[in-house]
Amino acid sequence: MKFTYSWLKEHLDTDLSLAQLDEAMTMAGLEIEEIEDPGAKLAEFSTAYVKDAQPHPDADKLRVCTVETRDGIKQIVCGAPNARAGMTAIYAPLGAYIPGLDFSLDKKPRKIRGIESHGMMCSTKEIEAGEDHDGIADLKGDWPVGTPAAEALGLNDPVIDFEVTPNRPDWLGVYGIARDLAAAGAGTLKTGPVKKVPGSFPCPVTVKLDWPEACPIFAGRVIRGVKNGPSPEWMQKRLNAIGIKPKNLLVDVTNYVSFDYARPLHVYDMAKIGPVLYARKGRGEADQHVALDEKTYTPSESHCVIADDERALGLGGIMGGQYSGCSSDTTDVFIESAWFDPAIIRKSARELGIDSDAKYRFERGVDPESPVDGIELATALILEYGGGEASDVTVSGTAPARPDDIIFDPARIKRLLGLELSEDRIEEILVSLGFGVTRGERWTVSVPSWRRDCAQQADLIEDVARIAGYDNLPVVSFRRPEGERFEAPATELQNRVRAARRSAANRGYREAITWSFCRSDQADLFGGVGEGLVLENPISSELDVMRPTALIHLLTSVQKSADRGFDDARFFEAGPIYLNDAPDGQQTVVAGVRRVVAARDWRGEGAPDVFDIKADAMAALEAAGAPVDKLQVTADARDHWHPGRSGVLRLGPKVLAEFGEIHPRTLKALDVDGRVLAFEVFLDAIPATKKKALKARPPLELSGLMAVKRDYAFLMDASAPSAELIKAVKGAEKQLITDVALFDVYQGQGVPEGQVSLALEVTIQPTDKTLTDKEIEAISAKIIANAQKAGASLRG
Amino acid sequence: MTASSDLDALEARLSADIEAASDLAALDALRVGALGKKGEVSLKMRELGKMSPEERQVMGPALNGLKDRLNTLLETRKATLEDAAMNAALASESVDVTRPVKREAQGSLHPVAQVMEELAVIFADMGFAVAEGPDVEDDFHNFTALNFPPDHPARDTHDTFFMKAAEGETAKVLRTHTSPVQIRTMLNSKPPIRIIAPGRVYRCDWDQTHTPMFHQVEGLVIDKETHMGHLKGCLMDFVAAFFETDTVEARFRPHHFPFTEPSAEMDVRYERVGDAVKVGSGDKWMEILGCGMVHPNVIKSCGLDPEEYQGFAFGMGVDRLAMLKYGMPDLRPFFEPDARWLSHYGFSPLLQANLATGLS
Repeated sequence: MKFTYSWLKEHLDTDLSLAQLDEAMTMAGLEIEEIEDPGAKLAEFSTAYVKDAQPHPDADKLRVCTVETRDGIKQIVCGAPNARAGMTAIYAPLGAYIPGLDFSLDKKPRKIRGIESHGMMCSTKEIEAGEDHDGIADLKGDWPVGTPAAEALGLNDPVIDFEVTPNRPDWLGVYGIARDLAAAGAGTLKTGPVKKVPGSFPCPVTVKLDWPEACPIFAGRVIRGVKNGPSPEWMQKRLNAIGIKPKNLLVDVTNYVSFDYARPLHVYDMAKIGPVLYARKGRGEADQHVALDEKTYTPSESHCVIADDERALGLGGIMGGQYSGCSSDTTDVFIESAWFDPAIIRKSARELGIDSDAKYRFERGVDPESPVDGIELATALILEYGGGEASDVTVSGTAPARPDDIIFDPARIKRLLGLELSEDRIEEILVSLGFGVTRGERWTVSVPSWRRDCAQQADLIEDVARIAGYDNLPVVSFRRPEGERFEAPATELQNRVRAARRSAANRGYREAITWSFCRSDQADLFGGVGEGLVLENPISSELDVMRPTALIHLLTSVQKSADRGFDDARFFEAGPIYLNDAPDGQQTVVAGVRRVVAARDWRGEGAPDVFDIKADAMAALEAAGAPVDKLQVTADARDHWHPGRSGVLRLGPKVLAEFGEIHPRTLKALDVDGRVLAFEVFLDAIPATKKKALKARPPLELSGLMAVKRDYAFLMDASAPSAELIKAVKGAEKQLITDVALFDVYQGQGVPEGQVSLALEVTIQPTDKTLTDKEIEAISAKIIANAQKAGASLRG
Repeated sequence: MTASSDLDALEARLSADIEAASDLAALDALRVGALGKKGEVSLKMRELGKMSPEERQVMGPALNGLKDRLNTLLETRKATLEDAAMNAALASESVDVTRPVKREAQGSLHPVAQVMEELAVIFADMGFAVAEGPDVEDDFHNFTALNFPPDHPARDTHDTFFMKAAEGETAKVLRTHTSPVQIRTMLNSKPPIRIIAPGRVYRCDWDQTHTPMFHQVEGLVIDKETHMGHLKGCLMDFVAAFFETDTVEARFRPHHFPFTEPSAEMDVRYERVGDAVKVGSGDKWMEILGCGMVHPNVIKSCGLDPEEYQGFAFGMGVDRLAMLKYGMPDLRPFFEPDARWLSHYGFSPLLQANLATGLS
């Protein structure tokens, strides 16, 4: 909402500087977006009187002027052809910056062809206040010497733009702003009640309200014999300043009243309308018409139209029709000042795809008791500047009821705000805002018609706080409740995320945060988008569904890095994936991605493989508190993984992580080159840890007996999982076998085709006595027997 | 020639030989030749038995003395030779230690995650827990329960992403703020409530200063006595702790949010120091967050009695806090992984923001 300072002063008696006004509005909740002060850059320039102008003795085109300025009488050498005695000019003192010429005058008088010049007289172009450069500004009017140039040029009216919050439609009029600022102590409201203009004949137009829910009240009046010329200069200036193009008196008056009092109006050409108007539901094709924006609209029965018996004349509260609009030939007019239901206006405008200043006001809520005032304001302006004769005012319907009175407990001010405020001051604030107060133990507060946002006590408390000033509220430190033990508030999942992130970062991955959305065909590569997760209005077709995996953007990002020459970027992300649109359809994963790139090092180094990424996945799981020693590994990862180089870390049916190489086909579809290793850990799948009453650990029992290590080589089917063999060996003597390490894998000469030799180091830790050779032999026999059951045989 | 002068000659010879021994083998040969079973000195000692007691009394100590002195000489020479041998071996083992070590890939944590951890620490100290909620929300939690009536202009201020809805169903949305977590928390727990809710939020907007996804942190307090003075105190203490400054000049401006009343925006003083921003003092105001007392309609929506319960809520942009504190000039790279950016603006995984050792 834009207005000019002089416009505000029409309603508000105030001597605030612009900076003070800024502050006052800001602290009353009218958030300033921009203040444009056209006079600010003209501060150095003022009016001066040219007493005398003589030809320069040494230059034909120069004149030596004697000028009366705010700094006294000055001798100024001037080259303008129009410099003459008796004119009022714009004076720039020595040292002044001339914006249009982009230079500053010397601080000391300069000799021009031998004669000192003590300043400059400027054209409007030179001070960027106009286009005129034929000569120096020759001001009309009787300006005392030293008048600021901005004032003399009519450029001293700052334009203020501020944000109107949706709860305060009354701020969409300058009067409403003034009323609020007066309450906030920024001045005195000087505009009284709207004056009535008596009618001299009965209104010849009748209005019928056929849809009172949409249009419950409609005031109208006819004015005959108007001359619809240009509106007065002051009105045009104000409208121009706030970005409204002046058209003619009738249009400008409706716009002016709309911005002055937040009161939209419409004016019909009497010659084009019938004697009876209806505010009714639209009738589809039959009501099709061209509106003032030159577009054709077809209002349906959920849209309100104003019509006569012949045709639809416009969309009520939104925009009038072209047919009945006013032109310069219009002499007799009918003024409409009605009230339209905000929800119906909003729905209509949305469905018809139309916007207007009237719609903006009605959808936020216009004062329902303002229709007659609106008519009177417009009448006074039209009669003053266009002449004519006004009819009586006709009012159809009744204004919607005011909001109910609010029962108000003044003690709530202290309780909610922490602010000590006397009851008298509370009443004073409410009354200054237009509320009616009846005091008692509980107060009864009546709500003014323009404050339909106020329905309960909290609404009043807000206004009291706002006007009393938020600066005056106490500042009270907010501490943890006294006497309560500090308990770390993080949840188990939060701690898991933290730890898993640190694990990944410690292992060389950089944490990234990537979009929660992805492209639907990319989602399809990773199992497809979940139910209900397609966006209706995506920001781009690249990001049109919620992602089913955190891998997509990480994969494309390592490729982007490679394209920039960074071969071995390693990224991880801890974030959401989306399986369906239910709250528990969102899960938290930690995913990591790196390309298979051999590090080049003088000591030699191989490329990472699936076991490196498996280790990363297991480290993240372990950090997150998963029981990694109990995990099973299976080779059945989903389709986006390399079928032979990927795996699943699971606890029975629960999938805790997938890891491995990404399927080359998936990479190709994502335009990713080479081989890429990745893991995705599903943190929600990790079983919750049991809370223990005590944090003490069981006593540490150390055996003083030496552990025995024995090596075995087994042959087994190369396609069988080695984990089964290790598990079987471990299970041979659960009490005594503490570790089984696979230290060699061999295929080739000496090993039958299709088999693999697996060399295991088994650690046997005696508990109570040293084992005899016989006992160790017995354990060995069990190990070999178990291995055989798992399909392996001791290598001969 | 006396026996003792013989011994002197022998000692002189053997001593000279020991000194001259060039390696451990030669030295050992000398030891055997002198002190071994058949060594010169050993043989002489054997002869002691044949001597008269008087002779023995002279020659016994003399021979023992000689033996001891030769042993000492042998030990000393042995140590010298061993040292020399080790030095030679070490010299052959030497490497160029100025060669570089293996390059370990450096990992890092994202600055947004770091800032979220800092927020959690600061607010934990004030008794706040961290709550979370889903990104795909229903209309009730994102709007209606937060006192955005259906079809109200206030909804226009949120550039909402809608999900495709099945016929006849209300479309779900991507949460436009973290405030729905307020609703979920109030519906699922009993006051007193103190939570912060950090997380991803979504608005349909993408330009120089907006991304379609960004991060917010929401705060909520519900009890019977917390008033707006506490809100001011809480947030001013937060700003001081977060920006690690003693001087915080802040102002609270009236504003409008559907879910709080009274509502405010908090501005802090700031100044530019080069490209960076110093928060807390200076000549300009910068808006950093929105806040207010929880609207009675919101409290009611969550099944609590607004006559009995009250409290405050606040919300702020986490990415922006990160930019202000750590000096990133542009929001966009936050969500476009680039190892150089992540390295420059990221944090060590060994760092854990906490009260005892600091935030960062």
